[in-house]
Amino acid sequence: MLSAESIKKIDYEITKYPADQRQSAVMAALRIVQTERGWLSQECISEVAAYLRMPEIAAMEVATFYNMYDLENVGRYKITICTNISCMLRDSDAIVNHLQAKLGVGFNQVTEDGKFCLKEGECMGACSGAPLMTVNNHVMHEFLTPERVDVILESLK
Amino acid sequence: MATPTKTPEKVVKKAIKQKASKEQPQTPITIRSTGRAFSLESLAGQTLLTLRTLTEENPASLAAYEKVGGYVQIKKIVTEKTKAVDIINQVKLSNLRGRGGAGFPTGLKWSFMPRYFDGTKYLVCNSDEGEPGTFKDRDILRYNPHQLIEGMLIAAYTLGARVGYNYIHGEIWQDYETFEAALHEAKAAGYLGENLFGTNFSFDLYAVHGYGAYICGEETALIESIEGKKGQPRFKPPFPASYGVFGKPTNVNNTESYASIPWIMQHGGQAFAELGVPNSGGTKLFSVSGHVEKPGNFEVKMGTTFTDLLNMAGGVWKGRKLKAVIPGGPSTAVMTAEMIQNATMDYDGLSKAGSSLGAGSMIVMDETTCMVKTLKRLSYFFYEESCGQCTPCREGTGWVYRVISRIVDGNGKLEDLDLLTDVSNNISGRTICALGDAAATPVLSFIKHFRPEFEYYILHGKSMIEQDSLQVSGIENTMVNEHVSGVSALSERIYVKDGSDKYGAEPNG
Repeated sequence: MLSAESIKKIDYEITKYPADQRQSAVMAALRIVQTERGWLSQECISEVAAYLRMPEIAAMEVATFYNMYDLENVGRYKITICTNISCMLRDSDAIVNHLQAKLGVGFNQVTEDGKFCLKEGECMGACSGAPLMTVNNHVMHEFLTPERVDVILESLK
Repeated sequence: MATPTKTPEKVVKKAIKQKASKEQPQTPITIRSTGRAFSLESLAGQTLLTLRTLTEENPASLAAYEKVGGYVQIKKIVTEKTKAVDIINQVKLSNLRGRGGAGFPTGLKWSFMPRYFDGTKYLVCNSDEGEPGTFKDRDILRYNPHQLIEGMLIAAYTLGARVGYNYIHGEIWQDYETFEAALHEAKAAGYLGENLFGTNFSFDLYAVHGYGAYICGEETALIESIEGKKGQPRFKPPFPASYGVFGKPTNVNNTESYASIPWIMQHGGQAFAELGVPNSGGTKLFSVSGHVEKPGNFEVKMGTTFTDLLNMAGGVWKGRKLKAVIPGGPSTAVMTAEMIQNATMDYDGLSKAGSSLGAGSMIVMDETTCMVKTLKRLSYFFYEESCGQCTPCREGTGWVYRVISRIVDGNGKLEDLDLLTDVSNNISGRTICALGDAAATPVLSFIKHFRPEFEYYILHGKSMIEQDSLQVSGIENTMVNEHVSGVSALSERIYVKDGSDKYGAEPNG
């Protein structure tokens, strides 16, 4: 069941499109549900599809096509670090090594306590702040150093 | 159209002077939504046009934009009922070329929109910059969103569009929120909605977001995404001007293109053209990243020299020597230091020097950069981001990535260089969208300009770049231990922790 809060947010997104184009809101709807529940189970995707009156497979296609949707548990905090060229040139590798050592996980793994998951990201369009990472898709941290990463991890309770 | 009395660079100089006269030249401006601040001095040498609010407090606010003359042009145009053809003529005269990378003349594109259409016409802004090294539209969204809104209003009036969407890159979520806030601010102030300025002109504008797909920067993939589908490009023709969002006539421009329009209407197309050089009108936002002291966006006149731009970014970092530059994002050919050192930063200037302007995403590489490993990372990007629709791109990008990986792993053969060239040539020009060409360009240009480095790597099984200098820059471990096995490895890379600080990779399963 979609929560009342999610439905309110999805309804706002639907107003952006013509009445016969509810499907257009699927990108936002999946984002809203994922933000609330942490990741998108098959059930979440079905509920979104039903609410938008679109075929379930079409919602599934969207959920699997875009990188920022998670179709499995990514812990409480998903950390996505960019390793593309501009970040790589400014040593994102040192940040990756630091994060992996500190959290004891590789990419696409969740820490034992279920708190963190590490993902490798593609260019996030903010290369002046390289190296950089996002936490749960929506909060970006730029100008990373191992020390700064420690402070950020510490702040995530 | 009046002759420009205040040129953008004069505005910056004046603002610096005013600040100085208040005896606080070092006072940084606090930029809303980022918490970052930078001083007016850091704007010296720039010609602020699309980012003209940067000299104001809270540059993203409506108040700041109105202070620099914001929303005056749209009001004037709408209330005076300026003819659409006159506006299009000014845009043509301005020599504004599409800032998203293709460089197609904006005025000409506008003239493709059908003038009479029985139904809703749409306006789309492409803020989905995802090509590595590109982050210019982000600064318009977070520092000067209202100028983009006014530019879209002028375009909507001119083209008869009733509804607009600004499609924003998913990862810059905080800037998406800034833009949404600006939309609410503009609506509350009577700049968006129905019957604007007491006329029958109405325009609704909405922010929509991507969620991690480079391909959605391609205009028809972006349109598919707005319709709530996976972002796979459409065949063209029909072009969006006749069959766009929801099958309706749609005009798609880049953020920086729209944001240039209010200035063009204020000062005239001629004045904009004169800021630049022949064939490249106006200013350009350059995103400078990589091995420079001060990475960032720099808005300068078209035709600015490479040297001046590099100096604005503080020069090559750590006092090192320049090795290579990708001038406009990886879909433009890489250049050696020699090729670019005397070039000017405009369409013709970079084309003459052997590459192209692209989106103005300048990635700077110093002498410690291993071109083989750099190409490997870029080829992984195109492999990962191929939408899978066209066989040459879907399969070819995987082949390219695997062949470069085996070179980096020390298992390369000299014939691999010809193989890479051959595969790339078979992607280029054989796909629905330009991503195929974009994927081929780095491979072809890296091998063309740095062939000895590739040959050395193949013959010795290691990089030509000295190990000590690598340790200095810290790029030694870049994905050295990682590989994907087998030709069928189209699955995601799976990293497995190997117990040490380094991360090794095991093939999936």
